[in-house]
Amino acid sequence: MTTFRNSFPLKSYFFGLIALLYLPIVVLFLFSINSNTYLSFPLQGLTFDWYQKLLASDALLRSARNSLVVALGSSLVATLMGTMVALLMMRYQFRSKVLLVAMAVLPLIVPYIVLAVALFLLFSVFNIDRSLLTVGIAHTVVALPYVLLIVGARLAGFDASVEEAAMDLGADYPTTLRRIVLPMIAPAMVSAWLTAFTVSFDEFALALFLAGTQPTFPVYLYGQLRFANRLPIMIALAVLMMIGTLTLVLIAERVRRVE
Amino acid sequence: MDRRATFWILYLPPLLWLGAFFLIPLLLMFAFSFRPDMRGDFFELWQPSLNQYEKLISTGSYWRLLWTSAQMALLISISAVVLSFPIAYFLAFHGKQRVGFYLVLLLVPFWTSYLLRVMAWKIMLGTEGVINSFLMYVNLIQEPLTALLYNRNAVVITLVYVWIPFATLPILAALQRIDTSLFEAAADLGARPLHQFLRITVPLSLPGVLAAFFMVFIPTVGEYVTPLLVGGSRGSMYGNIIQDFFTKAANWPFGSAMSMVMLAGTLILVAIATRLINLKDLLE
Repeated sequence: MTTFRNSFPLKSYFFGLIALLYLPIVVLFLFSINSNTYLSFPLQGLTFDWYQKLLASDALLRSARNSLVVALGSSLVATLMGTMVALLMMRYQFRSKVLLVAMAVLPLIVPYIVLAVALFLLFSVFNIDRSLLTVGIAHTVVALPYVLLIVGARLAGFDASVEEAAMDLGADYPTTLRRIVLPMIAPAMVSAWLTAFTVSFDEFALALFLAGTQPTFPVYLYGQLRFANRLPIMIALAVLMMIGTLTLVLIAERVRRVE
Repeated sequence: MDRRATFWILYLPPLLWLGAFFLIPLLLMFAFSFRPDMRGDFFELWQPSLNQYEKLISTGSYWRLLWTSAQMALLISISAVVLSFPIAYFLAFHGKQRVGFYLVLLLVPFWTSYLLRVMAWKIMLGTEGVINSFLMYVNLIQEPLTALLYNRNAVVITLVYVWIPFATLPILAALQRIDTSLFEAAADLGARPLHQFLRITVPLSLPGVLAAFFMVFIPTVGEYVTPLLVGGSRGSMYGNIIQDFFTKAANWPFGSAMSMVMLAGTLILVAIATRLINLKDLLE
């Protein structure tokens, strides 16, 4: 039925590539339990020391907390704003619709370096100190398109006549939104929120420009790359964070599937 | 409260937010690119000048770097598409019931931190890294290889590797839309497998292949993080020079002009891509 019957070469290729994709993750894990400060063959010995030392590294833990704060704040704002734009896009007709939707989708296309530079100029001109707030603002802008696409797809998937029926039965529009529309799009909003969270949590290109003296974890990690003896501790935290984000992503997928 | 009032509540916050933090910054950058120099207060009106663009156009090295970046992006996106096509093909025609699981398997690494994956490669490719120490351990080489890191090849290899899972998706979408009875009809009429592949599979997967190409090409031209991490001074791309003009050199008007060129180039590419590909074909 398919053009090439023998699937063995394709299958080996697929799993070879999968192995290559997972290799760096395995390497990072090995690095975090390796007693030497660089990963060379043969391995010198295994240790959980790095995980213990992690608890004593204040600056490192602060950077992780910064990332968490930025991701929480920016994902909430992005989910709210993105849902608003999705509702307007799918349920209203108005003249400036093209402009609004374009502004909400274009951050997906504009190179991060361009956006970083533009926001850098904005904050410099208005004398706003670069901080977690400025990083968070940048992250709301780049996470918003994902929210719009996820929630918009959900809104497109159900019939607007349900809303009309509610209004015919005497509900005003805000009530209809709250009682009919919101429950229907809630799973999509949760999925969008988790997506926005992970977009922000790992983001480096914008944060490097906008973090100022309050580094997020990726920015801090980048700054510490020169110090080889600190690296295993950073990687230990990175492994923990990777497990965290992966869990979130898989939950987001699950929530979206359930719909 | 009626529908109109609700409209304004839904409309104003995102409009103001995106206006303030997306549109206005880009307009500000546009305005800055017409400043003659860094002197004077930010709010003082300046005489618009084309100085920066003139300098940009007359300096060959910037154009060469932009051209090099475009060539690198072309090489990266073509490689990513070619390498991901067999994966999409495998998933579409041989994945059977496991296709969902295989897809998650493929995408999970893509969702983990980009910075960390690139760093892992750095650990592997460096002079004291996994590959060098392993080769020295088995006595294949006496001195560590230094050609593995800090050059353009390292940037190209890293980015191809990073993009493969992403490039698979649109190709897979296109392949899954192919009506399999076409193959039966072709076989009945005597077409051999290779012939079927070339005359049915390839042409019908073309929209997905094109989408994958542009989805990789467009963000890659504007890349600055990967060259920063694995490229070293010999692997810089256009984006790295923009960064330098804002951090090291503090020549914002010139950096803005360079940034405008990149933005314009990106928008032109997007316009071409949307002209060539009917997105609805792939999303259905």
